[in-house]
Amino acid sequence: MLYQREVLDTPEWWRGLDEMIARERDANPGAVQTALIPVLHYVQDRFGYIPPKAVNHVAQALGVPTSYVCGVASFYSYFSMEPRGAYTVSVCQGTACFVRGAQAVLDEICRQLNVKPGETTPDMVFTVSDSARCLGACGQAPVMMIDDDVHAHVRPRDVQGILAQYTAKARHEMQLREELAEIDARSHHE
Amino acid sequence: MTANETLSQLKQSAQPHLALEPERPQVLVGIATCANAAGARKTRDRLEQALESAGLADSVDLIQVGCVGRCSLEPLVELRMPGQPPRMYTEVDEERAEQIVRQDLEGGQPIPAWLLDEGATLGAEVSPNGHVAPGEINLFTRDWQHVDFFAQQLRIALRNVGRIDPESIDDYIAIGGYAALAKVLDGMTPDEVVQTMIASKLRGRGGAGFPTGLKWKFTRAEEATPKYIICNADEGDPGAFMDRSTLEGDPHSVLEAMMIAGFAIGAEQGYIYVRAEYPLAIRRLERAIEQARERGILGENVLGADFRFDIDLRLGAGAFVCGEETALIASIEGKRGMPRPRPPYPSVSGLWGQPTCINNVETLANIPAIILNGAEWFTGIGTESSKGTKVFALAGNVNNTGLVEVPMGVTLREIIFDLGGGVPEGREFKAAQTGGPSGGCLSAAYLDTPIDYDSLREAGAIMGSGGLIVMDDTSCMVDIAKFFLTFTQDESCGRCTPCREGTKRMLEILERITSGKGEDRDFERLQRLCDATARASLCGLGQTAANPVLSTLRHFRDEYVAHITDHSCPAHVCRSLLHYEVDAERCVGCGLCKRVCPVQCIVGNPREAHVITSEVCTACGACFEACKFDAIIRQ
Repeated sequence: MLYQREVLDTPEWWRGLDEMIARERDANPGAVQTALIPVLHYVQDRFGYIPPKAVNHVAQALGVPTSYVCGVASFYSYFSMEPRGAYTVSVCQGTACFVRGAQAVLDEICRQLNVKPGETTPDMVFTVSDSARCLGACGQAPVMMIDDDVHAHVRPRDVQGILAQYTAKARHEMQLREELAEIDARSHHE
Repeated sequence: MTANETLSQLKQSAQPHLALEPERPQVLVGIATCANAAGARKTRDRLEQALESAGLADSVDLIQVGCVGRCSLEPLVELRMPGQPPRMYTEVDEERAEQIVRQDLEGGQPIPAWLLDEGATLGAEVSPNGHVAPGEINLFTRDWQHVDFFAQQLRIALRNVGRIDPESIDDYIAIGGYAALAKVLDGMTPDEVVQTMIASKLRGRGGAGFPTGLKWKFTRAEEATPKYIICNADEGDPGAFMDRSTLEGDPHSVLEAMMIAGFAIGAEQGYIYVRAEYPLAIRRLERAIEQARERGILGENVLGADFRFDIDLRLGAGAFVCGEETALIASIEGKRGMPRPRPPYPSVSGLWGQPTCINNVETLANIPAIILNGAEWFTGIGTESSKGTKVFALAGNVNNTGLVEVPMGVTLREIIFDLGGGVPEGREFKAAQTGGPSGGCLSAAYLDTPIDYDSLREAGAIMGSGGLIVMDDTSCMVDIAKFFLTFTQDESCGRCTPCREGTKRMLEILERITSGKGEDRDFERLQRLCDATARASLCGLGQTAANPVLSTLRHFRDEYVAHITDHSCPAHVCRSLLHYEVDAERCVGCGLCKRVCPVQCIVGNPREAHVITSEVCTACGACFEACKFDAIIRQ
C-alpha cells in the first residue's frame, strides 16, 4: 500500500483511537495497560510506523510515561519507530527457507535495491525487513513477502521481476497523485 | 432445556456449506496461508467464473476449506460427486481450474494425470459407512482411506482441517462440533472433566510435554478468582506451522476446548495470544468468536447452561520469547515480553496475578475428541509414555512438504520416507532437525527410533512443537548450528546474563569455525558454554538454546573437525572455506561466468579458457551455478 502520511493524519482517526482506548478501559478497568499492544498495532496499521506524536498521545491516554510506551514498542520487532517504505519486503528466515536457499534471495534483494536488511530505499518505496520470522508457509520454501503478498519458491533470478511489479505500481500511484495535486492546485487557482 | 438440546436446535437450523453426504457435486478449494502463496485465491476465482459460464453455478457448491496438509502440491481442489469417492486435483492453477470444470464437472471425465494418487483414486469404491457415527468425527478416515498419504495418518487434532468451511460455525456444528462442550455441561462435574484429562495422559504439544490434566488440576485447586484460560498460539518455532493450519482450518475446535477448560478450572474469560504474522488465522478466529457469540455459545449462558465464558484475541508483535508462558502473560498485560522466574507458576499466579492455565493450540484441538471418545480411547493410541498423536510439519529437503499427524511411536523413517516421499533429486538424507531452535539434529542412525517425548530427548533432540526439517548433503551442520544460534541470540530478551552472553559467545565461536579460523580448543569452549547456558538460564529459550550445538557436536563431530583441522566445508556451504577455479580443459570460453560475476574477477578472451583471479573472488558461486559445461571447480 502506498499512502501519503499527511492524508492519514486526520482528526477523525485520532478520535477513533481515543474511542478504542476508552472501550479497552471499560473492558479491563484497573488494567488498561493491556490495551497498549493492540493500540500500537492500530497505529502502525495506519501509518506504517509509530510516529512520535502517537507515542505521546497513547502514553497520555493510558496514563503511563512516554518512556514506557517507547520501551514496549522497541521491544517488539513488529513495531517500527522509523518511517518505512511504501512496501515492506521480507524473506522468511525460517529453517525450511534457510535450508532451501533463502539467504541468496535476501542477498539478491539487497543487491538489487542497494540497501542492507533493515534499511529503506531513498525513494521510500521499499523497506527490506531484517526481522522476518517464519511465515509458516514452509511447504513453499523459500518464500518472500511484499506486504501481505506471499511469493513462493523464489529463486534469486526471480527477484528482479517481482520487485519490478511493485516499482511499477508505486510509480503509477505517485503519478496519479501528482496529477491529482495538479488538478487540485489548478482548481484552487481558479 | 439441556445444553445438548440447545445444540440440537442449533444443528437443526444450521445451514452448513458442506453437506456430509452431498446430493450434488461439491468443489472444495483449500484456502490457507500456504495455499494462497501458491495462488489458491486466483484458482478459486477462476473456478467461480468457469462454473458461472458453464451454467453450473447453481448446481455445484464451491466451498473454501483449510489446508489438508499436502502443501507442496497446492493449490489443491477436491471434487466430491454423489456416490463417488472424493478426488483431489493438485497444483491447480487458473488454466487447470478451467479445464477441471469443463472436462470433469461438465464432461464427467476425470483428468488422471493431475490427481493425487490417481490409480488409487479412480479404482476406489465408496466407503460403505457413508455416515459419521456420533463421537466418531473423523472425516479423514471416512473419506480418504484409498490414498496412502492420508491412510497412513491418524488425524485427531487435525480431524476437521480441510474438511469444513472454517468460516462457518454451522459446518462445525453439523459434523458434531460443540457436542463435547454440551456433554461436559450436561453431565460432568468440573472434577470429572479434570480426571478425564489426567486419565487421558495428554501432554502439552507446545514443546515441554507437561501433562495437561495436571495443569488443569493445579489451576482448579487455587481458590483465588477470577481465573483465566490462555491459548498459546504464538507459534514461533521456525519450521512449525501446525497451529497456523489448525487455527485457519478449524478455529472452533480451539474455542470449544477453551470453554471446556474454563468449565473445568472455573474460569470465565479466555485469551488467545496469536502471532501477528498470521493474518488469516487472526481473521478466521475473529469470525469464529463472533459467530459463537451470535449463537449463544460464547457469552452469559453457554448453550443455555449456567456457565459464562468469553474469549478475546491478543496479538503478538514479533517476539519469539513470548511463546514462553510468563513472557506471554507479560505481553498480554501490555509490558515488554520478558520471562520471570518460576515458581510461582501461572497456575498459582499468572495473568494479573490470578490463577491462569496456558495450553497450546494443538493440545486444545485434541480435547473435544478426548471428551467425546473417552480417556481410554486416547490412551490406546501411542507409546507407553506418550499417548495420542503428534502433528509434524515436514519441510526442508523432502518431497512431500506439508503437515502429517501420526500416532506417537512411529519412526522418523516412516514419516520422512513413507509419508514424506524421501529426499528430492536422488540426494542423500543427512539429518532431521526436530523442535526448532530448542531442538537438535539427528543423523541417519536414528531413522528407526520410535518417536516420542522421551526417545527424542535421549537422542539429544526434543519433540518441541513438531517442526521436522529434513536436510540432505547440501546442508552444512556447523552452518545449521550457527543459523539457530543467530536466531536465539537475536531473540534472547536480554534479561538474564547466561542466555544473553552465552548465546552471543557461542555464536562467535561458530562464526569463527565457519570462516576457517577455528581452533582445537573450541570444542571444549563450546561444551562449557553449552553447559553453563543450559543450566543457568532463566527460561526455556536459554535453557535449550545450546541443543542445536550439542546435538551437531554429538552426531556430526566430523564436520566440525573438517572445518577446524582441514579448513574445508564438506557440504560446500561455508563461503570463506570455498575456493573456485576454472577447469581449463572443459572451459569453452563462452564468457557466461564473466557476465554473471558480481565483482568482475573472471578474465579471458572469447573462445579461450577463462581464469578466476582469486584475490577478488568473494566465492559467491554465481559462476558455478551459471556454467553450462561444468567447467568451474569448487573445492
